[in-house]
Amino acid sequence: MKALFSLVVVAVVVLLTVLAVSTSGGRTFFGTILPFAAIAIFLVGMIYRVVYWARSPVPFKITTTCGQQQSLSWIKNNNLEAPRNFLGVLGRMALEVFFFRSLFRNTKAELKSGPRLVYGDARWLWLAGLAFHWSFLVVFIRHFKFFVEPVPGWISIMQELDGFFQIGLPIFYITDGILLAAITFLFLRRVFNPQLRYLSLAGDYFPLFLIGALAISGVIMRYTTLRVDITDVKLLATGIVTLNPVVPESLGAVFFVHLTMLSVLLLYFPFSKLVHMAGVFMSPTRNMANDNRVRRHVNPWNHPVKTHSYEEWEDEFRDVMKAADMPLEKDVESK
Amino acid sequence: MAESKPKPEKLASVDYRPPSKSWMDVPPEIRLGTFNWAANPANAKYLDLPHVRKWQPTDEDWKLPDNWQQIVLEGLADRLQKYRSLKVFMDICVRCGACADKCHFFLGSGDPKNMPVLRAELLRSVYRRDFTTAGKILGKLAGARPLTPQVIKEWFLYFYQCTECRRCSVFCPYGIDTAEITMMGRELLNSIGLGIDWITTPAANCFRTGNHLGIQPHGFKDSIDFAVDELEEITGVRVEAPINKKGAEILFVSPSADYFASPHYYTLLGYLQLFHEIGLDYTWSAYASEGGNFGLFHSSDMMKRLNAKVYAEAKRLGVKWILGGECGHMWRVLHQYMDTMNGPADFLEQPVSPITGTRFDHARSTKMVHICEFTSDLIANGKIKLDKSRNDNVKVTFHDSCNPARAMGLFDEPRYCIDHACNHFYEMPENTIREQTFCCGSGSGIGTDENFEMRMRGGFPRANAVQYVHDKHGVNMLACICAIDKATLPPLLEFWVPEVEVCGVHELIGNALIMKGETRTTDLRGEPLPGVAEEADATDSVAASDGEEVSKDV
Amino acid sequence: MYDSGKVIIGVLVFLALLLFPVWYNLASGEATTQGPELAKPVKGEACVLETAYMRSNHMDLLDDWRERVVRNGERIFAAPDGQHFEMSLTNTCLDCHADKEKFCDECHTFMAVDPYCWDCHIVPETPTRQEVTYVN
Repeated sequence: MKALFSLVVVAVVVLLTVLAVSTSGGRTFFGTILPFAAIAIFLVGMIYRVVYWARSPVPFKITTTCGQQQSLSWIKNNNLEAPRNFLGVLGRMALEVFFFRSLFRNTKAELKSGPRLVYGDARWLWLAGLAFHWSFLVVFIRHFKFFVEPVPGWISIMQELDGFFQIGLPIFYITDGILLAAITFLFLRRVFNPQLRYLSLAGDYFPLFLIGALAISGVIMRYTTLRVDITDVKLLATGIVTLNPVVPESLGAVFFVHLTMLSVLLLYFPFSKLVHMAGVFMSPTRNMANDNRVRRHVNPWNHPVKTHSYEEWEDEFRDVMKAADMPLEKDVESK
Repeated sequence: MAESKPKPEKLASVDYRPPSKSWMDVPPEIRLGTFNWAANPANAKYLDLPHVRKWQPTDEDWKLPDNWQQIVLEGLADRLQKYRSLKVFMDICVRCGACADKCHFFLGSGDPKNMPVLRAELLRSVYRRDFTTAGKILGKLAGARPLTPQVIKEWFLYFYQCTECRRCSVFCPYGIDTAEITMMGRELLNSIGLGIDWITTPAANCFRTGNHLGIQPHGFKDSIDFAVDELEEITGVRVEAPINKKGAEILFVSPSADYFASPHYYTLLGYLQLFHEIGLDYTWSAYASEGGNFGLFHSSDMMKRLNAKVYAEAKRLGVKWILGGECGHMWRVLHQYMDTMNGPADFLEQPVSPITGTRFDHARSTKMVHICEFTSDLIANGKIKLDKSRNDNVKVTFHDSCNPARAMGLFDEPRYCIDHACNHFYEMPENTIREQTFCCGSGSGIGTDENFEMRMRGGFPRANAVQYVHDKHGVNMLACICAIDKATLPPLLEFWVPEVEVCGVHELIGNALIMKGETRTTDLRGEPLPGVAEEADATDSVAASDGEEVSKDV
Repeated sequence: MYDSGKVIIGVLVFLALLLFPVWYNLASGEATTQGPELAKPVKGEACVLETAYMRSNHMDLLDDWRERVVRNGERIFAAPDGQHFEMSLTNTCLDCHADKEKFCDECHTFMAVDPYCWDCHIVPETPTRQEVTYVN
């Protein structure tokens, strides 16, 4: 139901775009105003989100330790899983951000007769997640060639590597295939795993469909006869980032669908779970060293609380303590 | 209340299929065996808790205060401002489901609301509705829902079906820590007078007398004196156990169960033996006679209120530093909260072992050292003599307690102690130990009789791993370094693996320790001490602390 | 603890990376709204297929030609308007579009496309400058 709803929303946006770009007003809106607004809202929205998080302090150092702490000199500390210093934290965050270290641990528990709980490998999620994020990143960076002039050499090298196998013409980008395969897996997993389907929200399907539509429209433009004149695409793209908007006439519906899917994704980003892109850097269980007993962590709102002082305590128990011959601070008869 | 305890066969068949209705439409089922009784009003009052009243979870009407919604929502807003963790964890979950089958309560119950992600959604759904734009506009479609009495009942059920063990946080790609969410949920519940008795009463006891069990100073002294007497009977050695001794070098703080419960008691005997043998200048405290801290399971303020005694007492007694006994959540508080809450401990000195001269650099700010760190340093420096064969009657496996594992990274120190105290040590499967260790199922204040079924379900993954090494290697002793473990693993194992007993690491040390002038024929439990009969010819080959590693059969 | 310094650095890095096109174009000063200027063909009235089609899909035609020539041994291409052409990059295409640099490379460089035509084909000598006029 939630999946269907998300699919319908994406379909409606696609349809709306297709209809609108047959008018010149529609072309201006979907070709310049919407993308420009989307970029602005994305940037401001993400910064707003990060600042919203950052306005709350981290009152306690609650590192999750996944390896041996630093203690005695002859016990080897695992600096990447229980960082003892900032370098370790950097390493741990790098592993987390670039290689999804924690997800790599994933197992699947199964209850067999006996009863016996067995834990199998379940790294498909890790693999698909990693494949999706990396290929999306490469595709994203590849697209910079539409926005900049002259195209820097490293983008050309990246393209060349991406098309390394020289399959078809234009040469097939491996990342295009990986991206589509990965989100298909992630979608199917969400639908066919009963637990996952049970806990999923519309907001879990929506980005999958959105990115799916974005990728498919892109693939259509590159690999099919609905191809566009990419020099015109570049004129439009460069126009957006240099504030010189132009909407070349040759660009058709497929291109506008592609652009609109991207715009909607950018608009949706700061208000959705996709903020995990920034949030992963701010996660207090991962981004702090396990040096609690070495350096005191300061809590800015560490307010005083009512305690039971030793004096009050001794006053209450002086008689029994005296009878038991225990040392006292004030050896007086209590009232 | 007469309860029929469930049978293992019944609990072992878990139905993991989620209901057909959306989780928001499934009402919480308050069923005996799966919840905890409400706080005793007298004890709640003693702690000045808000909205104290007589009520029970089984009541239809929980008599919430008139403005309960306002209290909860303002409380949530307040905590969002105080905790970045809460804000970030509310916003960034992608519901990938990696955490789902990592929770012992989900594995044991199959209840989808025990998947960490859904447990968090219980709170997140309310957050969305009142604190996010999407939730305000789209409502249920965005996963938002209004705060109703039913939501509160759901929170009460499921935030007390989480032991704050943090296993899910190890697997989460963003490190989302359900313990953090459960702690916030419990604070909010407590703000409208919905606490449970097994947390409130120990906290009240601890606040008043100094320990969870409510033992008064003279009773505390009796217990320690009794242990000294009994130790003399077992070993023939009279040890000293000073209490509230000013000017001692070290303050020793341990969970109160060590001197009042079994099998904790044998660990206490182990400490006493060890401290005597190395001639440690230390003292117990009757005021800080509790290292554990049920305040952690209540609220950060309560944690701070109870924890304050440790530093205060160290200062009053004029000790140089503090040594801490075997306890799990106690070490979460000591390692991650104490210095921040009640520090800086600038009146103490950086801990240095008076026996080996080792400087404990890793504790130079908090000035508190774990007993396993202390003991393994003694062993490594050859300061104590251990006869491993005296533990030959046991085949040991080690249960990493959640908090020392995932909030400290204390893995190799206890293993080093065990390796040098016994000959037969076998690790459980790797998905169930170290940072992936499974909780006993009864931590965080929910180890009650009325919650028995849920505890057996939650403890099932742990027990099942014990079963594995029991079947494979004949393991008959589960060593651990946590007072809650020692209290709740015995009934758990009796339920699932009746042939395995539970002990502390320092019970093993105590049994293996060769003391000057000892005359021992039994171990600390009064069973015949292996190796003693052959002692005459065994003295030469005593496995003294020579740093020799025992090969681990995994 | 707020770690404001680290957060600000993070935000700045985020902005710097994502606004790469903006500052890169400002720095290069070469961003254009005009697009590449192509050299006019030195002869001929019209291309083998419609110009609009050729602009975006010429690679399909070339690929098709190569297939037919090399694999099938065909030589002649029948255009939809009835004209016949030799299927040859060098002899047909470059016969009119004589200046590779001012024709092919203009767009290919603009779009960072690196076709492998010239892995095999020799680039013919560029005609003298006077012969070349420009499309505005």
